[in-house]
Amino acid sequence: MMRGADIVVRSLIAEQAELIFGYPGGAIMPVYDALYDYHDQIKHVLTRHEQGAIHAAQGYARVSGKVGVCLATSGPGATNLITGLADAQIDSTPLVCITGQVAAHLLGTDAFQETDVVGISMPGTKWNFQVRRVEDIAPAIAKGFYIARSGRPGPVLIDITKNAQVDFGEFNYVPCLGFRSYKTHHPIDQSAIKEAAELINQAERPYLLFGQGVVLGKAESELKFFLDKSGIPAASTLLGSGALSEEHPNFVGKLGMHGNYAPNLLTNQCDVLIAVGMRFDDRVTGDLKRYAKQAKVIHLELDPAEINKNVKATVAVQGDCRESLAMLTEAITAKKHEAWMGKFRELEQQEKAAVVQHDLTPTKVGLTMGEVIHQINQYKADDAVLVTDVGQHQMIAWRYFHYKKPRTQVTSGGLGTMGFALPAALGAQMYDYSRQVICVVGDGGIQMTIQELGTIMQTKAPVKIVLLNNNYLGMVRQWQQLFFDKRYSFTELDNPDFVKIAEAYNIKSQKVTERQDLQEAIEDMLIHDGPFFLEVVVEKEDNVFPMIATGCSVEEVRLS
Amino acid sequence: MKRYTIFVITENFIGILNRITIIFTRRGINIDALTASESRIPGIHRITIEVTVNEDTVIQLVNQIEKIIDVIKAFYHEDEGVVYQEIALYKIPVSRLDGGLEKIIRQHNAKIIAAEPDFVVLELTGHKEQTQELLEILKGYGLLEFARSGRVAVAKRMLTIESFIK
Repeated sequence: MMRGADIVVRSLIAEQAELIFGYPGGAIMPVYDALYDYHDQIKHVLTRHEQGAIHAAQGYARVSGKVGVCLATSGPGATNLITGLADAQIDSTPLVCITGQVAAHLLGTDAFQETDVVGISMPGTKWNFQVRRVEDIAPAIAKGFYIARSGRPGPVLIDITKNAQVDFGEFNYVPCLGFRSYKTHHPIDQSAIKEAAELINQAERPYLLFGQGVVLGKAESELKFFLDKSGIPAASTLLGSGALSEEHPNFVGKLGMHGNYAPNLLTNQCDVLIAVGMRFDDRVTGDLKRYAKQAKVIHLELDPAEINKNVKATVAVQGDCRESLAMLTEAITAKKHEAWMGKFRELEQQEKAAVVQHDLTPTKVGLTMGEVIHQINQYKADDAVLVTDVGQHQMIAWRYFHYKKPRTQVTSGGLGTMGFALPAALGAQMYDYSRQVICVVGDGGIQMTIQELGTIMQTKAPVKIVLLNNNYLGMVRQWQQLFFDKRYSFTELDNPDFVKIAEAYNIKSQKVTERQDLQEAIEDMLIHDGPFFLEVVVEKEDNVFPMIATGCSVEEVRLS
Repeated sequence: MKRYTIFVITENFIGILNRITIIFTRRGINIDALTASESRIPGIHRITIEVTVNEDTVIQLVNQIEKIIDVIKAFYHEDEGVVYQEIALYKIPVSRLDGGLEKIIRQHNAKIIAAEPDFVVLELTGHKEQTQELLEILKGYGLLEFARSGRVAVAKRMLTIESFIK
C-alpha cells in the first residue's frame, strides 16, 4: 500500500517520464511531497508560471517525440495551462498534464482554488478525466499516456482530487495497450493506393505538400524515397519543416501566407496534388473556393476527421503515412518532371530578386531579421533546433532557416501563441543539453513569458536566445500598414533594457545595433558554453513578403 | 438544410455529453432534440441527436463526434433511414372535459394516463407533426402544461453495436 501521491509519481516513472515541468500549490502538494523521494528517478523543473511549464513540456515533446509531462495545482494553476493545452491540441503535441483538485467532498462548493478544469479544458484536450479515488490514479495515467502518444497525438489532462492523493492504495501498474472505443491503427486501403498511383503515374504536373504528420508518423525516409522515385516537387507547411532536408533536389520551398512564391502560386497549376500529413489550414490554402480547383487531390492522412474537411479528396488514403507512402512508392513508376520543376526554379529566381536579396543582403542601414537568420545559418549545427515565437520574426526565421533534420522546428503553428518560444526553447534544451537550441523571439512575445529567464538561470539550460527587436508588434503593424491605412493603433512598444534584464538573471548577453558586429556576435553566442541572450535591433518598419492577404487565393501571392 | 438523426454509441463516462454538445456549440449549430439512454449492452449508452443542417455539415459533426476518445461509433441518417417516436404529455383542467374532448382523444389515439381532482394528463406518442397537431387543438381546451420528448429512434440498417466494439 502507498499514498496516491506516490502512485502518481511511480506511474510517471513507469511510463518512462524523465522530466516534469511544473509549479506547486495547495491541491498538488502531496504529489510534490512524493517527488522529493524520487528525485533520483525523475527530474522536475520549476518554471516561473504554469504557462511556462506547459510550453516547456511542448518544446520537450516536439524535439524528443516523447510525451511532455506537466504538473500544476488546482484553480489558477490549472487555468494557466489552458493556452498550452489549446496550442498542443491544434499542433498535435503529446502531453500529459496532471492538475491537483480540491478534495472530492468539496467539488462543486466553490472551495478555495476550486475550478472546473475538466469542463474548461474539454475543447482543448484530446482526452481529460477527473480522478476522485486512489484506485483510479494508475489506470487513468496509463490511459492518458496511451492516448497522448498514439494515433494523432495530443494533450491529455488528468485532474486528481486531494483525497485521492493522500489516501492509500495498491500500486500495480498495468500499461494501457488500447481499449474498445479508440482505434489507432487503420489498415491502408489497397484500392485507394492503386487509384492514387494511377493518378500519379498519369500526372504531368504532380505536386506534393507535406506537413507535420510526416514527422509524427516517423515517415521522413518514406517521404524521401517517394520523392526520389517520383521526381515530384515537394513543399512543406510550417510544421512540416524539417521532415525533408531542404537540400533535397525535389524540395521547392514553403507553403502558406508567408511561404515561398512558387509553392503557393503553382498550387493552382498542378494537375495532381498529393497532401501528406497536413490538414489544409486556412493559412496554407487562402481562399478555399479558389484553391487547387484544377487538381485531382490525393490526401494521405491519419485522422479521418481531416479528410474532406477543408479540401475534398479525389482519393483519400486513410492511415499511417509511413505505411501508405511506402506502398505508394512501390506502386508508382519512376519519373522525372524536369520541365515542371523548372517552373518552380524560375519563380524562385523572381522571389530571390524581389524579396530575398532585400532580406538577406540589404543595402539599407537598418538590420533586417533575415540577415540575422542568414548569419545563424553560417554557424549553426546541422541538427540545431530553431524555436520561434509568433509574428514577423517567426515567418522570417522559418523562411530563411536551413532545416536539414527532423524535429528541428518548434513553433506555435495552429494557435499562434505569443510567449511560446522562450519556455518551449527551455523545454527543448532540457531534453538534450548537447544540442544547439536557438530561440528566435520578438520584443512583443518575449515579454509575455520573460519570467522564464529565471528558469533558464536556475537550470543553466544553454539556450541561445536571439531577440529581434523592432520596438513594434511587427506583424500587426504590417497589417495596419497594408490593410488599415497605416493607423498604427497600439502596436508601438516602449521597451525595457533587455540586456540589463538578462544580466539580472545572470545570463551572458550582448546587444547588436550595427551590421558590422552581427557576425561576430552570433559566432560568440553559438560557441558560448551556457545560456546566451543576444538582442539585435532591427529595422522598425520592415515587412514580411511574399504574402497572401486574407481572403485571397494562393495565386494572388504578392512579392511586395 | 435537412433534418438528420445522429446516433452516438458511447462509453458511459461523466462529461461525454458535454464533449459532444460543445462540437455543436463551437460551430453555432442548434440541437433540435437530444435523448440519452443506456443501450441493451450495460455500460454502453446511446445518444440520439436531431439536427437540421446540410449534409456536409452533418458529416463534419459525425466525424468530430467519432473523434472523441470515449465514443465508440457515430453515424447519421435521414428521416427515411430511421424508425422514430416522440412522446408528448398534455395537462388539461378537469372542468374542460366534455364530449368534444372525448372525441378528440379517440381520433388521435391519445390516452388519459392520470386523473386528478383538478386535471387530467393525456399522452400521445408519434411523430412531431402528430403531437403538434393535438397541441394546437388542446390549446382551445385550457391546456395547462405541455411537454414533449426528443426523438427516440432505431436505425433501419441491420448493424448491431457488437460490430463496433469488436
